[in-house]
Amino acid sequence: MLATERESLRHEIAEMAEKYEHKRDGMMPILEAIQEKYRCVSDFAMQEVARQLGVFPTEVYGVVSFYSFLSTEPRGKFAIRLCRTLSCDFAGKKEVARQLENELGVKFGGTTPDGLFSLEYCNCLGMCDHGPAMLVNNDVYTEVSPELVSEILEKYRRMFGPASQLEEAEAHHG
Amino acid sequence: MASVIHIMERYEAGSGLKKALELSRTEVIRQIRESGIRGRGGAGFPTAVKWNLCAAAQSPKKFLVCNADEGEPGTFKDRLLLTERPEALLDGITLGGYAIGAKLGVIYLRAEYAYMKPGLEAALAARREAKLLGKKVLGKDFEFDIEIRMGAGAYVCGEETALIESLEGSRGEPRNRPPYPVNTGLVGAPTSVNNVETLIACAHIMAKGPEWFRKHGTDVSTGSKLLSVSGDCAKPGVYEVAFGTTVSDILKLVGGEGAKAVQVGGASGRTVPAKQFGRKLGFEDLATGGSVIVIGPQRDMLDVAENFLDFFVEESCGQCTPCREGNPKLLEGVLLLKRGKCSVGYLRELQNLGRTMQVASKCGLGQSSANAFLDITEHFRSEILGRVPATKE
Repeated sequence: MLATERESLRHEIAEMAEKYEHKRDGMMPILEAIQEKYRCVSDFAMQEVARQLGVFPTEVYGVVSFYSFLSTEPRGKFAIRLCRTLSCDFAGKKEVARQLENELGVKFGGTTPDGLFSLEYCNCLGMCDHGPAMLVNNDVYTEVSPELVSEILEKYRRMFGPASQLEEAEAHHG
Repeated sequence: MASVIHIMERYEAGSGLKKALELSRTEVIRQIRESGIRGRGGAGFPTAVKWNLCAAAQSPKKFLVCNADEGEPGTFKDRLLLTERPEALLDGITLGGYAIGAKLGVIYLRAEYAYMKPGLEAALAARREAKLLGKKVLGKDFEFDIEIRMGAGAYVCGEETALIESLEGSRGEPRNRPPYPVNTGLVGAPTSVNNVETLIACAHIMAKGPEWFRKHGTDVSTGSKLLSVSGDCAKPGVYEVAFGTTVSDILKLVGGEGAKAVQVGGASGRTVPAKQFGRKLGFEDLATGGSVIVIGPQRDMLDVAENFLDFFVEESCGQCTPCREGNPKLLEGVLLLKRGKCSVGYLRELQNLGRTMQVASKCGLGQSSANAFLDITEHFRSEILGRVPATKE
């Protein structure tokens, strides 16, 4: 991490801590905001949060490692979470899981080398009447079939992947 | 018995709150007691008792927390309520806050429902504008506001003391009880934690009176219940039925007549085999937070057990030994059964372990995590033992 990046992260954490009056109960919203922006809560971030809230860094680590939506290692720009609960399982989760692995070239628990997608299972998404269900960041997809998988991924690739950079460049020159 | 429309009835914003604010706090709690309502999250604790204890606690600071951490596998009725009935919910939180003497309500929204947050924030802003929240709610001498806090993906945080731990910025590990949250809750202040559906029902009760609420249900379980129905049926979705409805009535309603079992109450609930489809929903028999998963004849019951145990192994907070160590053992047992490598004697030991977990675990998660395993190994013996090569019982 660049010194300038560290400085801006330090500043952001200080600002958020200020908002929550440096009280411990501000921990979750602060960690969630860091996770959303940086896709992980780094060692440095955990130390800074600890310093600002007056707790030990190990306590912050304890919290980060407890919750499945927080992580110490960076997730993909788009975190894919496929529901593994019984109803989605009945509805054909296994086939969707297989196709997701095929399309992304990574197994569950992995992140694509370009950092665009991470793939994992999650527990009940509350979409059991429209399974199989999955989340891509905060967007929810229901009745996902293997053939829909590539379409969904393509949508996100177009948003941020090399293709979108290409389009941008073309637009620029055109 | 068919479906009813009771707490899913249309609700006019502020109607219950207006009535509540005209009454004394004690009178609000009296009406809630009169209705007989019990917590809709599954545990079924009488709401009036909770509010009364919280109201009686001496403290300058109190909180009403709405538990919107709907994580029980197969439950999605709060999803519907949060998106389609936010007004009734926010009314329920506000009048609950009035009843117990709180100035702040907190909605603990699960991370998986983050997409609902903008809608709820907009509803809150509109209510501040309409003086349904603020320094003087509806011009009365009552100050109240509501804040949304997000969960971060932990099933155990649906347990009220774990939820409070999470709000305080800690790991979501359940606390020892007593002391109960009504005395020592969020940041040490008296706190009432109520389910989304309970709070909506309370808003209706205040608007229409306790008699209206008692119109449906049984003596022990008054009112109606929202069910989240999924699995092997023709018409999955959210249904509202009166308490006392049988499992077979529900199956008729949703087009799941051929089922060989129904999972009532989610992963932590009971696996009801076909021969017990006459059992009734209610706190006196099949208590449920509303999850109904229909299991068709083509399904392998060991797959069901494995799915739930995978879930509990992952979601156990790891704090107490019976749950942390017991669930992996049961899961291992299911895999042995699947491979036909489990003796009946060992199965009996696993069942004893499961019963030990039910009594020795610290919180509801551990106490209920062996339910499905025990039900399946009891009711589907022939199916699972068929894979045990040549052993005698």
